[in-house]
Amino acid sequence: ANRGEIACRVMKTCRKMGIKTVAVHSDVDANAVHVKMADEAVCVGPAPTNRSYLNMDAIMDAIRITGAQAVHPGYGFLSENKEFAKRLAAEDVVFVGPDTHAIHAMGDKIESKLLAKAAKVNVIPGFDGVVEDAVKIAGQIGYPVMIKASAGGGGKGMRIAWNDDETREGFRLSSQEAASSFGDDRLLIEKFVDNPRHIEIQVLADKHGNALWLNERECSIQRRNQKVVEEAPSTFLDPDTRRAMGEQAVQLAKAVKYSSAGTVEFLVDSKKNFYFLEMNTRLQVEHPITECITGLDLVQQMIRIAKGFPLVHRQEDIPINGWAIESRVYAEDPYKSFGLPSIGRLSQYQEPISLPNVRVDSGIQEGSDISIYYDPMISKLVTYGATRAEALQKMEDALDHYVIRGVTHNIPLLREIITNPRFISGDITTNFLPEEYPEGFTGHRLTPEGRRELLATAAALYISAQLRSQRFMGNLRVSTTSQEQSQWELQVELEKKSHLVSLSRSGSSFTVSNTHARTHVEVDGGSVEVSGEWNLASALLPLSINGNPRVLQCLSRDATGQITLQYLGTQFKLRVLSRLAAKLTGHMPEKVPEDTSSILRSPMPGSVVAVSVKPGDMVAEGQEICVIEAMKMQNSLIAARAAKVKSVHCKAGETVGEGDLLVELE
Amino acid sequence: MAAFAAARSSRGVLSAIKASFNTFANVKHGLAVAPIAQSHLLQHARWYSVSHLSVHERIDRKRNAALVGGGQKRIDAQHKRGKLTARERVELLLDPDSFVEYDMFVEHRCSDFGMEEDHNKFPGDSVVTGQGRINGRLVYVFSQRNVLASGVVPQISLIMGPCAGGAVYSPALTDFTFMVKDTSYLFITGPDVVKSVTNEDVTQEELGGAKTHTAVSGVAHRAFENDIDALLNLRDFFNFLPLSNRDPAPVTECQDPSDRLVPGLDTVVPFETTKAYDMLDIIQGVVDEREFFEIMPNYAKNIVVGFARMNGRTVGIVGNQPKVASGCLDINSSVKGARFVRFCDAFNIPIITFVDVPGFLPGTSQEYGGIIRHGAKLLFAFAEATVPKITIITRKAYGGAYDVMSSKHLRGDVNYAWPSAEVAVMGAKGAVQIIFRGKTNQAEQEAEYVEKFANPFPAAVRGFVDDIIVPSTTRKRICRDLEVLASKKQTNPWKKHANIPL
Repeated sequence: ANRGEIACRVMKTCRKMGIKTVAVHSDVDANAVHVKMADEAVCVGPAPTNRSYLNMDAIMDAIRITGAQAVHPGYGFLSENKEFAKRLAAEDVVFVGPDTHAIHAMGDKIESKLLAKAAKVNVIPGFDGVVEDAVKIAGQIGYPVMIKASAGGGGKGMRIAWNDDETREGFRLSSQEAASSFGDDRLLIEKFVDNPRHIEIQVLADKHGNALWLNERECSIQRRNQKVVEEAPSTFLDPDTRRAMGEQAVQLAKAVKYSSAGTVEFLVDSKKNFYFLEMNTRLQVEHPITECITGLDLVQQMIRIAKGFPLVHRQEDIPINGWAIESRVYAEDPYKSFGLPSIGRLSQYQEPISLPNVRVDSGIQEGSDISIYYDPMISKLVTYGATRAEALQKMEDALDHYVIRGVTHNIPLLREIITNPRFISGDITTNFLPEEYPEGFTGHRLTPEGRRELLATAAALYISAQLRSQRFMGNLRVSTTSQEQSQWELQVELEKKSHLVSLSRSGSSFTVSNTHARTHVEVDGGSVEVSGEWNLASALLPLSINGNPRVLQCLSRDATGQITLQYLGTQFKLRVLSRLAAKLTGHMPEKVPEDTSSILRSPMPGSVVAVSVKPGDMVAEGQEICVIEAMKMQNSLIAARAAKVKSVHCKAGETVGEGDLLVELE
Repeated sequence: MAAFAAARSSRGVLSAIKASFNTFANVKHGLAVAPIAQSHLLQHARWYSVSHLSVHERIDRKRNAALVGGGQKRIDAQHKRGKLTARERVELLLDPDSFVEYDMFVEHRCSDFGMEEDHNKFPGDSVVTGQGRINGRLVYVFSQRNVLASGVVPQISLIMGPCAGGAVYSPALTDFTFMVKDTSYLFITGPDVVKSVTNEDVTQEELGGAKTHTAVSGVAHRAFENDIDALLNLRDFFNFLPLSNRDPAPVTECQDPSDRLVPGLDTVVPFETTKAYDMLDIIQGVVDEREFFEIMPNYAKNIVVGFARMNGRTVGIVGNQPKVASGCLDINSSVKGARFVRFCDAFNIPIITFVDVPGFLPGTSQEYGGIIRHGAKLLFAFAEATVPKITIITRKAYGGAYDVMSSKHLRGDVNYAWPSAEVAVMGAKGAVQIIFRGKTNQAEQEAEYVEKFANPFPAAVRGFVDDIIVPSTTRKRICRDLEVLASKKQTNPWKKHANIPL
């Protein structure tokens, strides 16, 4: 009872096990991959999830119609819905997951914490009562501690203390602040987790009281609490910590009589102290990396357990073989707060599955639509290697070979993360992204050498295209004059700078040298040799640059010399001109871009939830103008400056596209 | 003595041309002229005496003056306006060093209003003409109209400044008119005359700018950002065209496999027949390298026309655009389509037609505007075309509009239907409302109609479509058919010329 990649993932295992499958789908998903993959498919309603994938009545009907014996809920949707599990049980249909009791117990934050405490699982130490003697309590909890206002929020009245003096000072300041901000000076103290990492333990438990831990997954690279890059194992854990975490996770699973696959999430501080966060009673998105290092098929295990079979493995059978990394490839714009959803039709789509040790879990194909109704995930790209370095190298290759056209995607960000020195060293926390990119993500920063490579590739590509456009087949009445040129002088523009490039060709190999940069001298002198097949029809450009293999992608190329290349994950716009055209370009009038401060355009496709202004209203700078909802997220759009509203071009309930004009200011 | 003079003079010519490089901002095309001039001189030197030196000097001076045109001041002024000079334009358009100039010595013979004064005379008479090469292929360049009849060689006009009065008919008679945004205008009468006659206040830009002609009037076929973009695009465009009506459509080297499957096409047509999709998705998926040179992209957007290549060979593409006005045919889209089809037929370019058309647009404005007459142009164009014609029905092909869109009935060579095709007189709802007027069980009848007619079978059974194909195989099928049809020869009965329903 799911869609997309996870539905496909489950069906893959079902096929292997000889189990027939039924897909449920919304009407817009009628052509989706998971529907084609299934033996049978039932439409359960229109596009909005609450009327289809969350529509229990319709799904129960589908089960009855098809006579399905078991339901795998995937993740999200109804996977942790105890009501759904109950209804299935009532009709004698197997729910491939834990029983209602465990779902319920772990679904409630307070109850799950109490249960965990009872099962001797580390929870974040804290003092729930009203604090009288802060220093004493802090001493009991152990430093560092966090002092928070009881009624607080938004960082007000919140302080971190590392010793007694700081505690005294912090307590005084925080209570003053709390009193003035919230009119309530009561404070809480709890353990402060410094440099927190998000590390989770995969558990597997059967209905006979057996439980295993399948090692950890490091999921610290997050944005807005959503994971982006995960790996298994973690660079941070030593065997003792791993075992301690694993054993506590199993204790918890046993305590709630858990059966099926589940995940116990922990926060780990810089001293390797770990604290229980919550337990997810379902298959996790990032389960493939655990499968890679343990060799287990978790879906298969879930189905076996659901059927009532006992676990066949013992704890000592669970290995850590090699290293696996998962990148979540999303249809989103990474340049807008690390990823705002984007939609569109995948006009071209090639997964890098021809590379060895690469696994791609996806539920889409060329021609699929990424719509505003569902999660914008394109796929989970998993690479595997004997060592972490090998897995990372594979990931680089895989990302370079991944062809996605038609939607904006986050490959630029993924490629930057996995090549970030701090990430490579393993020194990461859940704040990695904001710490590394405090100004927001801006794409790959070119090194002087990288810039030379990019300029050389663009110039060589341009000449290849020029040469090809002179090759006409067949006999012509008026013969063509061939220009056997092997040397060119070009000007290439990149990032608002012009570079003079001279180029000579022999066969399919070009030698490119930057004679000198016009505005910048950092690239002068260097000579680059670029060779390749120069297949202008292919989305991928496998090249050898100075003898090193590199895969670039050409995203667009036009008659006026504009070329967009994907280089090291990031897209760069270049313009290649002949010397003559370059010289004359200076005479061309500059087109004045439209004044964006007086117009508000939709930054993403979505639906308008509310419009807060009407023509004639005065708005202050930063005032909310309207709210756009896309992919379950509400985004408030604000005025760039104080002005009078000239006209409003949208209404609540309307669907808008990216770049659509919403409101004009005077 | 004579020999000496000759030697001296020949050196003089060469250096004069070289000198022109420096004074005239690096114009190089003088080079092509130089060897000819030199041989002339040597030959003549044997016959003429020293006294003829002045002729050589006059040649030098005139040629020099012609190269500089209106002078450095005028050149600077032109640059300041964001425009290039005629010579710069020619140089940018043509392959390096390929330009051969004609009529450099022509001067005007007007003697009114002091025009006969020497300083008002310019060698070349403000016009640059000649021949050269674009990607190695021969092209003639004029900066005013030639009198060659339409249909012999493809003619393209690029409007790069104001063009008014009778002169506008010069581009209007050529096959394609391109404009440069913000710097070019076309109108019969300018804003001043408009004001004095109709009292209408209108700017040059509104009256006859690139936007007006590419989006409203349909006079121009495309507009480009500036002179350079326009000229570079023109080079690109030229590669699609045959050199004349006696040459086949050009075939360039192609790296895109002709048997490439396009999986995206299997899902491009939405399930709901009322839902729109973008015909450009289909066109770009099918053609070589997704490269499509669209003609009139901003005019009558309910039909898409343009050039592309299939396995390297130029083809003309015509497609209904479901995204705009459901892809219906109206007056403007019929005329736009018809003119394009006529061009392709005149120059041996095969036509590929993608059909998703719900019908002709109904209403008084269309009928009063003469949709019958204009729709007939498209019908006529397709019917008379003897080039290879391949048609793919992607979804709706209703009624008369189906007929018009290169159907089998108009001598289509190969007509395919996708499984989503509905070849019928009209949509189920409309049909049922007419057939079962006043009856109550219309929903039931509608379902029956859909079952019977809203699919490709009725047409396939009658042989109006040659095959029902899997959409992802469309490219492969078209490329194969084009190979077969490359030798197609079809002649219409002799006539002086047909009378197209103008």
